[in-house]
Amino acid sequence: MEDTAVTFPLRIQEVSYQYEEEAQNAVDHVSMEIAKGSFVAVLGHNGSGKSTLAKLMNALFLPTEGKVLVCGMDTATEEEVWNVRRHAGMVFQNPDNQIVANMVREDVAFGLENLGVPQVDMPSRIEEALRCVQMTDFAQSAPHMLSGGQKQRVAIAGVLAMQPDVMIMDESTAMLDPSGRKEVLNSVRKLNREQQMTVVWITHFMEEAAVADRVIVLDKGKTAMDGTPQEVFARVDEIKALGLDVPPMAELSVKLRNAGLELPEGILNVSDMVKELKKVLCPSK
Amino acid sequence: MLRDITLGQYMPGSSPVHRLDPRTKILLTMVYIAMIFCVRSPIWYILPLLYLVLCVRLAGLTFQQLLKAIKPLRFLLILTFLLNLFFSSGTTIWFQWGILRISQEGVFTAIHFSMRLIFLVAGTSILTLTTSPIALCDGIEILLKPLNRLRFPSHELAMMMTIALRFIPTLIEEADKIMKAQMARGADFESGNLMKRAKAMVPLLVPLFVSAFRRAGDLAMAMEARCYHGGEGRTRLRVLRFGQLDLWATLITVGGLLLVIFTGVWFS
Amino acid sequence: MPIKVEHLTHTYMPGSPFASVALNDVSLTIEDGELIGLLGHTGSGKTTLVQHLNGLLKPTQGQIWVDDLEITQKGVSLIEVRRKVGLVFQYPEYQLFEETVAKDIAFGPKNIGLSTEEINQRVREAIQQVGLHYDDVAERSPFELSGGQMRRVAIAGVLAMRPKVLILDEPTAGLDPAGRRSILGMIRQLHEAGGMTVIMVSHNMDDISTLATRLVVMSKGRLVLTGTPREVFMQQELLQSIGLGIPQAAELAHALIAEGFDLPADLYTQEEVMQAILALAKKEAKPC
Repeated sequence: MEDTAVTFPLRIQEVSYQYEEEAQNAVDHVSMEIAKGSFVAVLGHNGSGKSTLAKLMNALFLPTEGKVLVCGMDTATEEEVWNVRRHAGMVFQNPDNQIVANMVREDVAFGLENLGVPQVDMPSRIEEALRCVQMTDFAQSAPHMLSGGQKQRVAIAGVLAMQPDVMIMDESTAMLDPSGRKEVLNSVRKLNREQQMTVVWITHFMEEAAVADRVIVLDKGKTAMDGTPQEVFARVDEIKALGLDVPPMAELSVKLRNAGLELPEGILNVSDMVKELKKVLCPSK
Repeated sequence: MLRDITLGQYMPGSSPVHRLDPRTKILLTMVYIAMIFCVRSPIWYILPLLYLVLCVRLAGLTFQQLLKAIKPLRFLLILTFLLNLFFSSGTTIWFQWGILRISQEGVFTAIHFSMRLIFLVAGTSILTLTTSPIALCDGIEILLKPLNRLRFPSHELAMMMTIALRFIPTLIEEADKIMKAQMARGADFESGNLMKRAKAMVPLLVPLFVSAFRRAGDLAMAMEARCYHGGEGRTRLRVLRFGQLDLWATLITVGGLLLVIFTGVWFS
Repeated sequence: MPIKVEHLTHTYMPGSPFASVALNDVSLTIEDGELIGLLGHTGSGKTTLVQHLNGLLKPTQGQIWVDDLEITQKGVSLIEVRRKVGLVFQYPEYQLFEETVAKDIAFGPKNIGLSTEEINQRVREAIQQVGLHYDDVAERSPFELSGGQMRRVAIAGVLAMRPKVLILDEPTAGLDPAGRRSILGMIRQLHEAGGMTVIMVSHNMDDISTLATRLVVMSKGRLVLTGTPREVFMQQELLQSIGLGIPQAAELAHALIAEGFDLPADLYTQEEVMQAILALAKKEAKPC
């Protein structure tokens, strides 16, 4: 029993959620187990239920049916709410609307203050968190002077300082420009690789899902696909039918295969494509 | 760009006045106000003046900065002066025209009240010029804490002030953007009479309110996700401590107050 | 020739410690019927440039002509300028304010003093232009609509001014792939069927490469490159040095050329690259 709580810090069991005044479930009998240290992308178009699912993962919403277990704790248990939220940290979409304090360093401290962490322990945890997202130099800055990507990294540091087991990124790159998106994705990917942070990355950007260990596609509140990015993005037509895109190289590789070129499945980016093409074609020069 | 504006009038620095505990500064500002109200005759404003000069010097401020703080109040000042000058009752009449009359006592009161106003504003400006809004919030929260027993929400009040300070630049920037967007659709915010101008604000204010509510909702959720549950059991990153500097500042200020009271009693 | 910009320079808060040069000696001519993709990193001056084009910002130096009217001259009627050049801001749905969709779209036409009849006519037309149905949405509150629909209504609010030139700042920001595709389709429609001159600010290379007839690339307040997508995407190194990418198809073509494959240097659409690879495969059927 204890073991599953460690190996699967996040377990979702037959969960449904229905908003008041809505006839249909926004999340409809979804089950998934998120393995420790994995980077899981949850994809879906607007209204597919992906943001609702995110909010079920740390007790911001409570399931109308089924159970969500964070490190073995049922999110519906009232006494555990703060514990659940400490273990499952969440970064939201709008960088402006989640920073509370007037100075970066103090914002990172916000969660620690709420948890009642002794004052003497705070500075080291804040510095460590800021270091992890390369924001040490901005510790004294005012949030409104930062770029979108920097603000999101501050928000990540604020969650990290609480030392969570799972980080839920609820469309945290949707409002950023390409360089800001890259910054945030790289920071989180690094945390995942170096500190085995478990990450649930909710997005509608295919390029971001392509770097995940596992991709779950939601549609109408249900799990439509679940597999490695290679498996999921090989199903070009199905993905497009769900109102999503596939990475351009995945699409091209399927087209080339259909035209008779012997390429393997699972090409997602330009460097893989070049590598595989070199195997079937030879340069004339 | 609008986001470069500084909030309030805070001038960052590391002078002894800047380094004082914000609680000390707030309390001593009250002592200073008491000092001003204890001055009985215009001549004895010399004592608060000396005190102000000392503060300005120690804080590394300039008198131009103080004057700038007083400037918005110039109309109020002139009004105070004129009302007192013409409408004070007095026995030694120097000049009379209809109901307007200038008496010796009137001149005296006019100068007295104008001085009082100037000194009040100048002194409190030193507080806001040398204390960051964050430190002010902290100080106010802790000073109001004893009122918790009377169910006064001191933590909530301070949190509200912090969030307001945090979002003012964001909302100013947003207002600027919405205004431009409406101007691109031919809206005119500048011409017309008062009524017309007030009406012209609707296309700016409605989206601004909608956005502020949306931000408030988002922020509340983000705060909950980071385990915010009110002031109970909360620790703080910034801990305020009184130091030697605070002791000296208190001694000097209270000394000033006593001196002023003394002059009032002795020379009346 | 609807737009001519000459030696445009703009400094924010000149003379203050915060002074910053947002535009530096930019000259640009835009012909009738072009669909310009305006590219650049955040802070490159794109937004500042487009805000000059309809008189929201005044240049520190330089002139701008729209339809032979010098809009940077003193005393020019700004209403006149805004009738010629429509500007759709980023996240335009955040500027909606009226009780009904129809009233909100009518805001612009009302400001330029049109008759009620004319206004109603324009509102109907604008709703149709953005792909919505008048009877479905006209009397609804804009705040009840979905995000994508709200954005369309906001764009309709600008179209109802019947501008000659339509400028859109990041029109697909924050939308999911389906929403993005349909907004791009709508812009294509306005350009092709409506014959409108369009300037689209974007940092999404894949969006812009399929749509634009010409690209204008900005960096640090300067115009660094302009040309057809084909010409611009050949400059991979220059684009990367200013923080921009190129469409993945072009990136692949360049990478293959670097590996010694014999491909034309100016490919940038997926279809072209696929055909070129298949042609290669025919020539060199067997691995070596």
